[in-house]
Amino acid sequence: MAALLLRHREIPNIGKMDVYKKNGGFGAFKKAVTTMKPQEVTEVVKASGLRGRGGAGFPTGVKWSFIPNNIWPHYVVANADESEPGTFKDREIMENNPFQFLEGAAIAAYAVGANAAYVYLRGEFWTVAASLDEKIADMEKAGFLGDKLFGSDYSLRIHTHLGAGAYICGEETALLESIEGKRGLPRIRPPFPAVYGLYGKPTVINNVETLTNVPLIVEKGADWYKSLGTADSAGVKIFSLSGHVNKPGNYELPFGTTYRELIYQYGGGVTEGRPVKAIMSAGASSAMIVADDKALDTPMDYASVRTLGADLGSASVIVINDSVDLDWVINKTIHFFKHESCGKCTPCREGTYWMLHLIERIEHGEATKENVELLNLVARQMQNKCLCPLGEFSTMAVTTAIERFPADFIPSRAGGSHG
Amino acid sequence: MLAEKYPEEVKKILAKYPPEQKRSAVMPLLYLAQRDEGFINKAALEDVAQMLDITSTDVAGIVGFYTLFHDEKAGKYRMQVCTDLPCALRGADKFLEELCGHLGVKVGETTSDGMITIEAVMCLAGCDKAPIFQLQSGEGIETHENMTMDKTMELVAALRKSGKELK
Repeated sequence: MAALLLRHREIPNIGKMDVYKKNGGFGAFKKAVTTMKPQEVTEVVKASGLRGRGGAGFPTGVKWSFIPNNIWPHYVVANADESEPGTFKDREIMENNPFQFLEGAAIAAYAVGANAAYVYLRGEFWTVAASLDEKIADMEKAGFLGDKLFGSDYSLRIHTHLGAGAYICGEETALLESIEGKRGLPRIRPPFPAVYGLYGKPTVINNVETLTNVPLIVEKGADWYKSLGTADSAGVKIFSLSGHVNKPGNYELPFGTTYRELIYQYGGGVTEGRPVKAIMSAGASSAMIVADDKALDTPMDYASVRTLGADLGSASVIVINDSVDLDWVINKTIHFFKHESCGKCTPCREGTYWMLHLIERIEHGEATKENVELLNLVARQMQNKCLCPLGEFSTMAVTTAIERFPADFIPSRAGGSHG
Repeated sequence: MLAEKYPEEVKKILAKYPPEQKRSAVMPLLYLAQRDEGFINKAALEDVAQMLDITSTDVAGIVGFYTLFHDEKAGKYRMQVCTDLPCALRGADKFLEELCGHLGVKVGETTSDGMITIEAVMCLAGCDKAPIFQLQSGEGIETHENMTMDKTMELVAALRKSGKELK
């Protein structure tokens, strides 16, 4: 099937305005503004079954329908903070197929009646932001952004906003705080951003990949989109494959492709021809999956991955072969979350600190059996006690690695294998 | 003063946000304040605070929270190597160690000519292109993907020779 999201791989220079237009670009935005009511756009997206591609998997059209019509103005924010170890799909979209993403953001803005949209990029995407600024200027010049678009009364402007190195700002309320010029600390919810978002106004926040799907849905219809993928997972998905594979990269595939196909058929197999030991299905925040035949043959869709005690999430698949021990792996993930904890909630701030102390002791072969039990206990005590998912994320690999790979946590073993 | 030194940039930054929400401009203004020296000095903190009607303590809180803002001088370029899990599975720790060896510094230190500070950083969203690092200077940030030690040392030599400006 032709690529729908990573179209630059088949259509050279689709990041240029004339090429994008020649390939149907901005037809969906024009169709929406000139022939559909905002509510109808939301209904089509709802009917398509599109779910948020940032990790949470919340139905996109439903999210849009929460925007109330008695509080104004409304905002749309594109979440381009992509910071989780294992994710690198939004970068490829924005670098290579930027107009399809921006068109999706524009359609979302029209659907919820927003006249301003912000693209929040992580600070590391400095050059990506500079190039998006140029693309936004191209759109203004071509009449796709500005006042009275396509002869209607609708006007829209899109701005980029650059973060400055903080994973927490991918959490939507921390992201809003950051745009407002504050430290990125998550807000207490409710109220949810749909009612009390940017500057206290109704706000829709969608991931870059999510928005990149939207022009296709408006152009080709909900039924067409639904016909791709599986029953609970409509459409296509970008699977980001990294770790111990010969051909890491982004692969746009229908939902329901198996891990075995992703790793061996697309990813060229495991490095050094070793067996897969563990799979992290959703980046560093993922539960640790034992890579047995059942797991390898599991279709990658929201429901099936759950049967493995893990989540599809953002579909950032990290492959781990048998050359490393899992205590080393979770030392890496804990180190990341400890560094990125914003410090607002005590269980997360203190829990990640103590987990790091314990895992370092374990990995250095200085631990007792009680230390492993204590690590597990600290992780479990953090769960369900933090305002935002970061605290929970930091524990997923820890508890599941200890449970599913006990041999890697026997204190007496002589020095573990490192990456 | 930023408003006098970079009037066009400041105007453009402020125009992005609703006039009553100018605090939103704090992060882009801090990048601008960091442009000349690669870090934000005390006078710049006060300047940004005054422009936005917030306290310099508020601004210092922002600088402290976000890792790409710096309040201390370092090398002209910060070479920030990702050593997170996916990169580490592809040899990033070894790469960083070798790099330090070649430059004769430890992580966090600056080369004796004051050109390069080596830092280990969190994920850079380029896990399929490890080893990967970014170069940060006052001028901006650029990513270098699929790096080998030879390519990296060539880049270091070029930076030392030209004091190359980032894109």
